Amino acid sequence: MIRFDNISKRYPGGFDALSRVSFHLPRGQLAYLTGHSGAGKSTLLKLIALIERPTRGQIFLDGVNLTNIRNRRIPQIRRHIGIIFQNHHLLYDRRVFDNVAMPLVIQGYRHREINKRVRAALDQVGLLNKEKANPITLSGGEQQRVGIARAIVHKPTLLLADEPTGNLDPDLSREIMALFARFNMFGTTVLIASHDLDLIRQTGFPSISLNKGTIEHNDLLTLDPLARAV
Amino acid sequence: MRKKNRTAPRKGPQKKSRLVSYLTHHLQMLIASLGYLTRQPVSTLMTSAVIAIALALPAGLYIALDNASRISADWDGSTLISLFLKPEVSIQQAEKLASRLRKSAEIEAVSIIDRDQGLKQFQKISGFGDAIEFLDDNPLPHVITVQPVVDQQRPDKVVHLVKKLQSENLVELAQLDMQWVKRLYTLLDLAQRGVWIVGSLLALAVLLIIGNTIRLDIQNRREAIEVSKLIGASDGFIRRPFLYTGLWYGISGGLLAWLLIAVSLGILENPVQELAVLYHSSYELTGLSSSDLASLILISCALGLGGSWLAVGRHLSDIEPS
Repeated sequence: MIRFDNISKRYPGGFDALSRVSFHLPRGQLAYLTGHSGAGKSTLLKLIALIERPTRGQIFLDGVNLTNIRNRRIPQIRRHIGIIFQNHHLLYDRRVFDNVAMPLVIQGYRHREINKRVRAALDQVGLLNKEKANPITLSGGEQQRVGIARAIVHKPTLLLADEPTGNLDPDLSREIMALFARFNMFGTTVLIASHDLDLIRQTGFPSISLNKGTIEHNDLLTLDPLARAV
Repeated sequence: MRKKNRTAPRKGPQKKSRLVSYLTHHLQMLIASLGYLTRQPVSTLMTSAVIAIALALPAGLYIALDNASRISADWDGSTLISLFLKPEVSIQQAEKLASRLRKSAEIEAVSIIDRDQGLKQFQKISGFGDAIEFLDDNPLPHVITVQPVVDQQRPDKVVHLVKKLQSENLVELAQLDMQWVKRLYTLLDLAQRGVWIVGSLLALAVLLIIGNTIRLDIQNRREAIEVSKLIGASDGFIRRPFLYTGLWYGISGGLLAWLLIAVSLGILENPVQELAVLYHSSYELTGLSSSDLASLILISCALGLGGSWLAVGRHLSDIEPS
């Protein structure tokens, strides 16, 4: 699903966020991306979502080489990805329902289909009764779940999450991680950046750990015979 | 136009066809942007008023000029050419020339003032009555006055006619006191150019006002733009609400400008009529015709769209998710 081929990313000013990173995340796999802050987790996710472009190397997403993608094709790529942020990125000028509906509106779904899918997504994160609320009236955990509903409402093939449990207490964090495991069960590929090592160990999913921009340890290598060849 | 995409999933029945969804979104944004503007009535009204004033000024000048040139057209009817004949020309020769000129297609009317008649007139008007009594003989020649037909009364055409008449054998001098007509036309021409310059500058101002307003809108909705880009909104999708907002500014500014002009004309109408009565004229002010109104609205729409296009082009690409 995602293949990194000798990826380096140097930010203007000379800071090397990633150097010579290679890995392969197979379709339908859930994996964690771990490391201290500044290790390059966010940069790696941004490269996949085409928010940043690599300085060197090649990235393949579902067989498409992202390094050659023209800017005008970026929206098409992003429609297949669901992105979840630590700070939710919810819009407070509209209701929960309208926040979650955004990806469907952008892709031109019919009104009835939007209603159905938004309710289904809110139901999955347990917030069906809050659809008319303004996101600002919700708790931190609830807002994070609205953000997750928005990321899955259009049934993306890939789900990226950047510190989705960053502000949450351990119980809520476990709940959120369980949600991701459930999406993964239905076939979605999931990559979650997190520094919460205890929680990751509890879930038992493989992880890639980054340290100062390079891969320190990769559980996927022992899982995936294809990746070993890279 | 969007290209067909290889990686796009197969369209299911749950999605609208591309054209339908494109048109639906346009319609939605047309209405949504109007809603956005009406939710902040004070600032919308202020922006529209600035646009309206900037548009009403050149449009008002245009109307003033239009009215002025209609007045001067009325005055043109009195253009007369005087042909002073050579002293030795007899009255019979003068009449022959006059009847020949009457047949010319360029000439509306011809009349003869013979030298005795001319002297009497001169005595009466000039106030030299007594002095002229002492003259031995009449120094005046016969005079033929020629009134050109109406479509010959443009200054350039009249000058051409005067030259032709001057070349007649019997004519000593063909004179046209039309310096003032020429001056008036030159003045109107100058004023017209002035209106064009002022109009262009103010149109530019409208473009910049709308551009700046849209720029602020873009800044205010920065977060929504970032999120939209992150979940795969195309540039066109993000642009649309801002372009329609600019269009609405243009429409409301144009309509408000029309209102300003109508009110101003209403205020001026009575005094103008009183003035016309004093001059024994039935002159009436004319306002904007429906085609003028249509072009006013069209121009303001174009400026609205143009201004927002400029702002969107410059500032939307600055906002990228990070």
